[in-house]
Amino acid sequence: MNAAIGLFAKYLAVSVRSQMQYRGSFVLYASGHFFTTAVEVLGIWALFDRFGSLGIWTLAHVAVFYGSVNMAFAVADTFSRGFDSFGSTMVKSGDFDRILLRPRSTAFQIAGQDFPLHRVGRFLQGALVFSYGAVVLDLDWTAIQLCMLFLAFIGMFFFFYGLMIFQATLSFWSTESLEVMNVFVYGGVEACQYPLAIYRDWFQTFFTYVIPLGCVAYFPIVGVLGVEDPLGSGLVFQLLAPLAGIAFFGLSLICWNFGVRHYTSTGS
Amino acid sequence: MTALALRSYFAVVSTRFRTLLQYRIAAIAGIVTQVFWGLLKLMVLGAFYEVAQDQPPMSFEAVVVYVWLGQCLFALFPYNVDPDMRAMFNSGSVAYDLLRPLSLYGFWFSRTVAFRTAPTALRAVPGLFFAFVVLRLVGLDEWVMPPPASFVAAFSFVCSIVFTIALSVSILMLVNISMFWLIDSRGMVNLTAGVVWVLGGMIIPLPLFPDWAQPFLSWQPFRGLCDIPFRIYSRDIAGIQVISELAFQFVWIVLLILFGIWLMRKAQIKLTVQGG
Repeated sequence: MNAAIGLFAKYLAVSVRSQMQYRGSFVLYASGHFFTTAVEVLGIWALFDRFGSLGIWTLAHVAVFYGSVNMAFAVADTFSRGFDSFGSTMVKSGDFDRILLRPRSTAFQIAGQDFPLHRVGRFLQGALVFSYGAVVLDLDWTAIQLCMLFLAFIGMFFFFYGLMIFQATLSFWSTESLEVMNVFVYGGVEACQYPLAIYRDWFQTFFTYVIPLGCVAYFPIVGVLGVEDPLGSGLVFQLLAPLAGIAFFGLSLICWNFGVRHYTSTGS
Repeated sequence: MTALALRSYFAVVSTRFRTLLQYRIAAIAGIVTQVFWGLLKLMVLGAFYEVAQDQPPMSFEAVVVYVWLGQCLFALFPYNVDPDMRAMFNSGSVAYDLLRPLSLYGFWFSRTVAFRTAPTALRAVPGLFFAFVVLRLVGLDEWVMPPPASFVAAFSFVCSIVFTIALSVSILMLVNISMFWLIDSRGMVNLTAGVVWVLGGMIIPLPLFPDWAQPFLSWQPFRGLCDIPFRIYSRDIAGIQVISELAFQFVWIVLLILFGIWLMRKAQIKLTVQGG
């Protein structure tokens, strides 16, 4: 276990060092990422400016939802890059054969492929928007709320990571990276920027029980906000719901291992 | 312009178009995404409309048209560049294009027209089918895309979309030409995409932005990409105003093309070709 952590730290260090060779390019990239992922904020702000509020939700509430999902996704996105590009870089070229020969688990090695640090841009804009919401609402940070926020982050991290693994697993059969999963990845991030309660019931059901996005990004955050949930969730449920993200991650790893057994090399 | 030259531009459009039609799987993945995105946007905007205190500046039906047309036609907008074109600048093979007996601006313009229209043709048909038919079948009537308000609206919409293509390509040409100086176009493309998304009306319909921002929003060229054609379709823009909006698009196209030609001439004077 210690050796694995040491090796992972080494993967990380190599990737960071190589990116820091081009510092100027990194800064440009990160700030570009900051602005391109922040354009959505303009739309949200304009809608609240025009309509005042969204029922019980104000701009500050939505800022907390928006900020937390963007921060968590930015981290998951940085650490799962190897899976994201898996189809086009590993399967199509047949490079996955080399991974299979090494004495470490495949998922571990793919996770250590690359850590694109410029995604800190999305993280920073999420953090800014989150802070705006938290300051305006003057949230009181009790132990339970801090714990809930922490669990929400853990849940979202594993949920998005699990999605990336599912996407990579599909490419064992399709050879190419399939962008169909992007609907759930980017669509999920987009959907979570607003409270789940504003959507239609079929949409809520789908994103709670089939794809547990609501469990990680809505229920715990409602708890953090201290708002009475229009969907009727209680405190205990809000605390436990993020665990669904970890279960989802576990399921994705099982599918991944199943996919690895069915891998046929493209040769070359 | 001779008939021969015209024919060669047309040939460029048609060969590129057919090459790009090969990417069908990508198009299917794309359309699933667009449908999802459209539904999401309509749910968010619908939720705001339900609680609206004052009369919003455009009807919800006009918003439905705006969202669906945006999702079906978004590939027309200048948010990325032809990867083959980018490779050309990196490898230096752009030199071959300089040798062709056609105006370089015209040649690239035709190429870019195909690059913008081929993916759209693939996406728009299933997307519109969903918006017109499937939504009605599953009973989500309030999100069903209405047919054009009248024959005149339909005709002026088609004219306006043709202008949208020309406008989009003339903007993209400036990005392409900027590669003569920048070589790596990614920063420029990201910047353009961000501006186009916000100022074109893809994030939210432009009339929903605050009233104090409207004078600025109504004069910038990116409005000609989505805002004008989409609102003509829903008759949010109607009557004599249609003519002035079409003229608005046309004037910007002419200005941007002239600027592009001038810029390209400037680029060619001090051109250094990369490697051999």
